[in-house]
Amino acid sequence: MEQKTKINAEDGKQELVITREFDLPLELLFKAYVEPDIVEQWMGTKVLKLESKKHGSYQFETTDAQGNVVFQANGVIHEFSPNRKITRTFEMENTPFGVQLEFLEFEKLTDDNSKLNMHIVYKSVALRDQMLQLPFAHGINMAHNRLQDIVNKLK
Amino acid sequence: MEIRRDVFQAIADPTRRAILALIAFQAMTPNAIAEHFDSSRQAVSKHIQILSECRLVTQEQTGREIYYHLNPKTIKEIADFIEPFRKLWDDRFNKLETIMNKYK
Repeated sequence: MEQKTKINAEDGKQELVITREFDLPLELLFKAYVEPDIVEQWMGTKVLKLESKKHGSYQFETTDAQGNVVFQANGVIHEFSPNRKITRTFEMENTPFGVQLEFLEFEKLTDDNSKLNMHIVYKSVALRDQMLQLPFAHGINMAHNRLQDIVNKLK
Repeated sequence: MEIRRDVFQAIADPTRRAILALIAFQAMTPNAIAEHFDSSRQAVSKHIQILSECRLVTQEQTGREIYYHLNPKTIKEIADFIEPFRKLWDDRFNKLETIMNKYK
């Protein structure tokens, strides 16, 4: 089966492109990026602020069950064309990753289908590669922690 | 039942990842593997079976005992480090699609 979400990350470049086709009309796809309560649901983070307009800004925050902040991100919106395009920055706070620039393009395919093209530019090639590896490293860490638990039980 | 299981689904389970981490150091018999877990022998053996079906582990008969090894070839497929990143976005977008379908 063909994958619905595709990543194009060429070697040695400080950018990547994520593309995805949705079984949704263009308007609904765009709405999912605009309404704070909807963004919260699919991004899995609390939306503290989301001003969907040119010169607007946004803030995300995730807390764990104990109320500790585990993720904070923010950005500003440079361009906002409904059902067409959002250009914005994205920055994870308290991390070494710095600011990234995101070009989101929304495209109508049919009345029921639409496509998102997300072009992300990072400060450097190294930072891009680190961002790409983050979920991979997380998976490995989880396996490692589990192993640590087992080893501790053997003691 | 699916004939060919998804490798990433296989490693999504913490027990299966722990099994892989264990046999990464040395080939082990099913009994030796099961001793490391609180779950039943049958449960552990089911996990090993899934790992086998995904070609993540291979078995070798030595005398009466079967030893399980990591299959480096398949592990290398997982080491395609972009896949977890893609999966993260794919999961998010699947969720988006499900949520927005309610607005249709």
